[in-house]
Amino acid sequence: MRVIVWKELADHLGSRRFFILSLIILVVAGTSVYLGIQGFQQNPAAVQEFPYLRLLTTAPGALPSFLSFLAFFGPLLAVLLGFDAVNSEFTRGTVSRVLAQPIYRDAWINGKFLAGLGTLGVVVVSIVLLIFGLGLFALGFPPDGPELARLAVFLVVALIYLGFWLALGILYSVLFRSPASSALAAVATWLFFTLFLYMIAGVVADQVVPVRADSPAEAWLRNENLRNSILRFSPVALFEEATLPILVPTYRGLSLLALLAQPGVPTNPLPLGQSLLVGWPQLVGLLALTSVCFAAAYLGFMRREIRTS
Amino acid sequence: MIVEAKGLKKRYNSVWALDGLDLAIADGEIYGLLGPNGSGKTTTILILLGLTEPTAGEVRVCGYDPVRQPLAVKRLVGYMPEKVGFYEELSAYENLRFITRLNGIPEAEANRRIGEALEHVGLKDVAQRPVATFSHGMRQRLGLADVLVKKPKLAILDEPTSGIDPEGAAQILDLIRRLRDEAGMTVLLSSHLLHQVQRICDRVGILHRGHLVAEGRVAELTAPGGYVARIGQASPILRARLEAADWTHSVEEMQPQELQVTLTEGGRAELLRFVAEEGGVILELRPKQPTLEEIYLRYFQG
Repeated sequence: MRVIVWKELADHLGSRRFFILSLIILVVAGTSVYLGIQGFQQNPAAVQEFPYLRLLTTAPGALPSFLSFLAFFGPLLAVLLGFDAVNSEFTRGTVSRVLAQPIYRDAWINGKFLAGLGTLGVVVVSIVLLIFGLGLFALGFPPDGPELARLAVFLVVALIYLGFWLALGILYSVLFRSPASSALAAVATWLFFTLFLYMIAGVVADQVVPVRADSPAEAWLRNENLRNSILRFSPVALFEEATLPILVPTYRGLSLLALLAQPGVPTNPLPLGQSLLVGWPQLVGLLALTSVCFAAAYLGFMRREIRTS
Repeated sequence: MIVEAKGLKKRYNSVWALDGLDLAIADGEIYGLLGPNGSGKTTTILILLGLTEPTAGEVRVCGYDPVRQPLAVKRLVGYMPEKVGFYEELSAYENLRFITRLNGIPEAEANRRIGEALEHVGLKDVAQRPVATFSHGMRQRLGLADVLVKKPKLAILDEPTSGIDPEGAAQILDLIRRLRDEAGMTVLLSSHLLHQVQRICDRVGILHRGHLVAEGRVAELTAPGGYVARIGQASPILRARLEAADWTHSVEEMQPQELQVTLTEGGRAELLRFVAEEGGVILELRPKQPTLEEIYLRYFQG
């Protein structure tokens, strides 16, 4: 399997589509850091609390923060690495040649998944390191222990999230025979989860629990909870909910109640363990989604007949 | 026996691709699996390699069961698929390197084998060129090199000459024969092109609708059966008598007064007597040797 991982990794890192997408992500990441640093200059007090993590989450102005950017575009990169993993081997006619070698059949799909994950890991880690490097220039002091610990956890979560999209891409590449249709399906799924589900959730919540400006607080609460429940079907929302407590140590949850209570409770940062607990259900949900998706791709591939014609 | 199969059956959805196939191939043979498209050749091959499971029946390849011990079989068997595909952006060398790595062949040994294999198939000069620039014939030869680097005991080649011009096909067939002679490899090749296979195969099996309809040495299958005679200046009476005789298969008038007669082994003396009695000139009398083509047609038209 090691052989396959290395080959696929080399293919990914050398491919043109990988280069273009990483370039886009890099440029936007750079911009958001630049804006983040400008934010520090306008509000010097912010430098006191976890300045490096702030670089990843805050975004003054119109551009999204690095976190929401990763949540939005990261999937595109992941899906693009996976969408033709299996069906292109069929169209090229390399399947039977490779599977006639003494390797287990699952070593191939596992190898492809791991190589994709490795590639995504390289991209995310290098971009985050780049951001921190730029931050070091601007701030003049290195990140401290708790910040690095949170960063490490964040990277793991990000990888699980991107792993979901990669597995989805591979699943489509098993289900659809032509790379073009699997690419379309993958992009459609991505659009659905990143854009449409947010609209749908809002519409459904407003229909079921209509609220007006003078509605009682309970109605607002129910509306908000319903919206969140629907959104939690989306891995994008799960990712944001799971990573916010990690990157924003004072964050205590998404519920309106927590937000309302905010003035009353102290806004001291939580320890890492407690922050993890806040996002734990979402994290587990994310992990489950990733596993289910990969398992489906795995089974589909193992049962697929090799015969092409 | 390096390959043994008994009562192989395979169903794809509702179609029986194989319907009770028996196959036995001895060490060091070149065995040709013949049949029209869709007769089950590729299915047979995929089952032998353990890439597809038979619905029923038993298989042994090199003493292993491909269903239960696929890796053992794949270590010993080299396979070239019908539409052999490569990673286009990688060079010929890199494509083969991937295969040797998958086989766990140590670096130095692998380099030596790849060099030898590319030399054998005449691709040494283009080893570093990406496969995307290769012609169909070059790809096919690279496919053979791909089998060679494994040094298999059994090479299974699915339609090795399909879509190649006659000259290229002849080269590939010569190469296959050389491999058998020099490396002692057993070769199983499938084809629907009879005249090519006829030249290099020790034995052939003709596959039709999922089972073997004929099998044997090429020489046996094409053994002479009776004679063909051409008779000039034949009278209508001679023609009538020949048509009535029980030792003739067919009597045809090729040109006015010229007959072509096919007859049984024992009918030769009779024919001479008839011609002597009724008048006529024997223009030609030769043993009838059917080509594989004729045998093929006999099974597939009937």
